[in-house]
Amino acid sequence: MLAAHLDPLAASVFSLMAIVSLLLAFVMLGSRWLNNYLYAFAAESWVIAALSASVGFYGNYPELYLIAVLTALFRGLFLPYLVWRIVRRLNVAREIHEILQPSSALVVGALAVMFSLAVAYRVGQSLGLAGTVAVLALTVMLSMKLIGFLMLAVRHEALSQILGLLVLENGIFLGAQVLVPGMPLLIEIVILFDLLIVVACFGVLVRYLVTHVGSTSTLSLRRLVG
Amino acid sequence: MIGALLLIMMLAPALAAAVSLIVRRPRVVEKINLLSSIAVFALAVPLTVWSGRGPYRFLNDYVVLDLLGAWVILCTAVVYLLASIYAVGYMRLLEEDGRLWGFYALFSGFALTILLSAVMNNAGLYWIAIELTTLVSTFLVGFEREPESIEAAWKYIILISAGISLALLGTVLFYWNGSLVLGPSYDMTWDILRGAAPKMNGALAILSFLLVLIGYGTKVGLAPMHAWLPDAHSESPAPISAMLSGALLNGAMLGIVRYLSISDAAQIGIFTRTTLVAFGVISLLVGALFIVRQDGIKRLMAYSSVEHMGVVALGFGFGGPLGIAGALYHMLNHSLNKSLMFFGAGNVMRAFGSKRISDIRGVWTRQPVHGALWLAGAAAITGAPPFGLFLSEIVILRAGFEHGFEWAVYAMLALLIVIFIGFLNHFRGMYFGRETPTAESVADARHFALSGWCVAPMWLALAPLLVFGVWWPTDMWNHFMAVANALASAAP
Repeated sequence: MLAAHLDPLAASVFSLMAIVSLLLAFVMLGSRWLNNYLYAFAAESWVIAALSASVGFYGNYPELYLIAVLTALFRGLFLPYLVWRIVRRLNVAREIHEILQPSSALVVGALAVMFSLAVAYRVGQSLGLAGTVAVLALTVMLSMKLIGFLMLAVRHEALSQILGLLVLENGIFLGAQVLVPGMPLLIEIVILFDLLIVVACFGVLVRYLVTHVGSTSTLSLRRLVG
Repeated sequence: MIGALLLIMMLAPALAAAVSLIVRRPRVVEKINLLSSIAVFALAVPLTVWSGRGPYRFLNDYVVLDLLGAWVILCTAVVYLLASIYAVGYMRLLEEDGRLWGFYALFSGFALTILLSAVMNNAGLYWIAIELTTLVSTFLVGFEREPESIEAAWKYIILISAGISLALLGTVLFYWNGSLVLGPSYDMTWDILRGAAPKMNGALAILSFLLVLIGYGTKVGLAPMHAWLPDAHSESPAPISAMLSGALLNGAMLGIVRYLSISDAAQIGIFTRTTLVAFGVISLLVGALFIVRQDGIKRLMAYSSVEHMGVVALGFGFGGPLGIAGALYHMLNHSLNKSLMFFGAGNVMRAFGSKRISDIRGVWTRQPVHGALWLAGAAAITGAPPFGLFLSEIVILRAGFEHGFEWAVYAMLALLIVIFIGFLNHFRGMYFGRETPTAESVADARHFALSGWCVAPMWLALAPLLVFGVWWPTDMWNHFMAVANALASAAP
């Protein structure tokens, strides 16, 4: 497998990018303003695109270049643009409803990373991959997943929930590039398109929410209980 | 031959959706959808029968028709047919004729995506098919555009997408695990994964199985990931509730079963099964608690779906020929029975103009025939003999004893009794309870007249339930044994 015998330069490039995208996830977790949130998400997607390209380069998987371009275009430009348009239309500049202060959310996020590291370390050891970039990739993958769930749980603005979902998927994307660069191209392309449909769906739903419930805070969604 | 039939079965709903988008005349699109559902059912039966000679593979191994998938196709086709008949009558009552073309286009699209998920041979493609079912059905859940339906649709898409992304993570990790055996690039079909499983890394296999179980378990509605289910089931139009409950949940259960057989082959111990059994028991518990104190008529049915998916999970979790046979039989019986229950609930809701059980009174005197039919369904869904669910639950109980899950069997028995009492108590209230102001205010005879479209599918569902309760067809039993063999054969 690729991650087990990499030359040191490639390993450090991959690690750097994985860590940068994890940091960007923390930027999202700590920001109160939807715009910052959005920029951080776009930047993260670009970093992941760069990661795909460099995995393609070092591991000699030419199809990953295509994936890099698609990731940058769709997840780095198109998705953020769509969300940005909705943000502008709805006039919701910042997160008003939050259960956790951004600072406490950061602490919980850090705990999530520690937990992921423990899991990844254990799995890495049983695979004989301890200390390779695979463990790091697995850590980042799991912790971005947990951070995404954290965002879904502590944010109540409909748009930040959409972004939370996208972070969940970004984590999988990042991990998949490093761990299984050979995963069939077909699937990865369809995942990209799938996300587009998700955002289209969400756009409609957000519109529904505004016209019928009057706000895009999911806190007002509490009619159905029990 | 088989390939052609399968293709026609997929094309029928696709074509119906396309025509609905073009024609847009409400009376035409409802008939076209009905025709498509008849075609799907007519093809699903022979395909299920012939699937035993397979498995048949098409399109470079991306599509497979195997025994297990064919069974899910049959359950889906049954519900699709019943719901299409019912929808003709029910959707006219909503007075949304202007938007009916959209409803029927999505409706047949929804059926198509569930059918597709049952024949996907590639774990990644299966994930995409399941995700597509979510995308299509979200708009169906929110079709009535009431604030409640939109809330339900929002919860549905957010919770399911978050859950299903865990399944994707599990899928990627399974692929990684397989790539340690098979090299960096391979086709991720169920068979290849299962073949590679014995050499897979145990710790990673457990991690990925748990992720997949929680991910698809969200879609199946296993507690505690069921939070979306009562909302989506209760707020969507009644035919869609039936489709969600009777068809979609089975489609997602299929993924869990396929991964379960892979993890069995990986020999990571009883742990995976115990987890599935535990989810089953928790689902029964949550179902029981919410059924006893429930005031929404369709929410009552929804929690009963949580309960029955728990029973199916128990069946597959116990495993062995008995467990698998019981679970598969339960799937079909539940599909029939839950359609019947949701149709009845839809009719009663329309008649009394309320979703609250406490407002629905005197069903017996106001709708004697329909009421008797619905009551028979209620007895059946709680597992009373002589209906199909009684047989399948007994078989699952026996399987539990055989495989050393006594604790789960006792819990299941106790909870089923609680559910029996709680569920039928609501029906006692609705049939013989004291009148309330709402019930009296609608005591106008014309509200209670039902169109034949709304009652016929209930008869069509009850008849086979009764038959399956007294006679378990030998061919079905053989089908289940073949499924059990196919699932176990990979485990050396």
